[in-house]
Amino acid sequence: MYDIREKFPLLTSNSNLVYLDTASTSQKPDVVINSLSNYYLKYNANTGRAPYKLSDESTNIVNETREKVKRLINARSNKEVVFTSGTTLSLNIIAMCYGMYNIKEGDEIVLAISEHHSNIIPWQQVASANKAVIKYIYFEDGYKLSKKDIENKITINTKIVCVAHISNALGIINPIEDIITKAKSVGARVVIDSAQSIAHRTIDVFNLDIDFLVFSGHKMYGPMGIGVLYGKEELLSTMKPHVYGGGMVQHVEKYCTSFLDIPQKFEGGTMNVASIYGLGVAIDFINTIGYQTIIEHERELFEYAVSSLKKLDFIKLLINEDISNHSSALSFIVEDIHPHDIGSILDTKDICIRPGKHCCHPLMDYLGVNATCRISFGIYNNKTDIDRLIEGLHLAKELFDNGSK
Amino acid sequence: MDLNDIYTDIIYEHNTSKKNKRKLDNPDLIKKGHNPSCGDEIELSIKHEGDIIVDLAFTGQGCAISQASTSVMCDIVKGKSKSEALKLMETFINMIKNEYKSEEELEILEDAIAFKNISKMPGRVKCAVLCWYTLKECM
Repeated sequence: MYDIREKFPLLTSNSNLVYLDTASTSQKPDVVINSLSNYYLKYNANTGRAPYKLSDESTNIVNETREKVKRLINARSNKEVVFTSGTTLSLNIIAMCYGMYNIKEGDEIVLAISEHHSNIIPWQQVASANKAVIKYIYFEDGYKLSKKDIENKITINTKIVCVAHISNALGIINPIEDIITKAKSVGARVVIDSAQSIAHRTIDVFNLDIDFLVFSGHKMYGPMGIGVLYGKEELLSTMKPHVYGGGMVQHVEKYCTSFLDIPQKFEGGTMNVASIYGLGVAIDFINTIGYQTIIEHERELFEYAVSSLKKLDFIKLLINEDISNHSSALSFIVEDIHPHDIGSILDTKDICIRPGKHCCHPLMDYLGVNATCRISFGIYNNKTDIDRLIEGLHLAKELFDNGSK
Repeated sequence: MDLNDIYTDIIYEHNTSKKNKRKLDNPDLIKKGHNPSCGDEIELSIKHEGDIIVDLAFTGQGCAISQASTSVMCDIVKGKSKSEALKLMETFINMIKNEYKSEEELEILEDAIAFKNISKMPGRVKCAVLCWYTLKECM
């Protein structure tokens, strides 16, 4: 994959940089970076009904990317693909426009304890407003979601189950097939947050029978500020819009308005067409490499990272021993050194990792840890990156050992 | 940047020191402070007689910078009046923000001068100042 790294200008122009924070945001390939300036150089015009070719081209870009997203996730129709600013907004739209109207007093919302705050807080608002109940699926051994909890917590009162495909803090692949099967057996809707999986694994909304799927462009080699909300047509059609204004209306009279059909109903205001264009290019980039190649590369790196980290007796890995349960991220704790100190020391060697709570306060409380160090890979990482990390961890250990004496 | 400019001996020493990391018996005031993103947590407890802070201590968990900064603060604030403590706080924050006028002005900070170079690491400023903002809330 050394040739792939060459396609990422930020990495080639900082040859000493070790970037192990793809779960936060991926670096961008040249084709995506160029697409943004190309959009403004060649296609910039507002979409919609302007009677000139430039606007048509901009509109076509939106339609083409919508089609690419549809094919990527195997949606039935491109009407089911709504562009948002990212995963957080997508989840908020589901909670505010579906949850608020369909989840009633006493109904249950089931979440995984490992959810990112953006898949917890919106549901807390729904539960609080509508007197619904939030229930959590906890872990069995090895940080995996408990089969028993999946079986017992999802009940006839459950109206919606919202889980990440892959947990952002621990990098564990959740058993979404089991969760969906159970949810469907009680008539509950399912929201899958694929922010952490879309750059690493295929996801098929049709065959998995997913009701809502959300992800961000910037974690999949695309630009920031663009994301996707997939919803089944039958659900999106019945939901109220989230943002009111231009671009989403049919007729506006003095006291009432009729709205466009989906997906435009949810896309009020001028769209981020440059980033939509970039997202389409990022999808092409992923498809050209192929998910199977990505999986194989990241699996090899993951195995190498785990075996390298296991040689350090001052590290505790928060991993499942069966690494097929992992994707491309893992958390660890360094004995007697807080993750933030580790992060700062590694930074002096140009190694980027993410220390902290990873927007997962309930998970950190549940695990009884203050914070973790998280490393995560992209297609551009290689074994040298891991070797440099290990050197950096040795340095941190030496510094703190000597400093404490 | 040299790591030794940031992680000074005073920081290592106070990070592991238990001298001020304890609970006070019958404190007059307890205040919690935390940095939500990174997980620094402290709980200050204070005893005062009139205007004078006669004892203060803390418990908590977090990075070396947050814990050491709190420990050093306990040392230098102990025995000071509330207005003197606030003056120390202002001076410390000015130092961290690189907004001080002269080196002399920093002398009242004693060992807390060890945190001066944190201003070179913007991401860690919040760790060093957490205890001082928590103290301010106590005032």
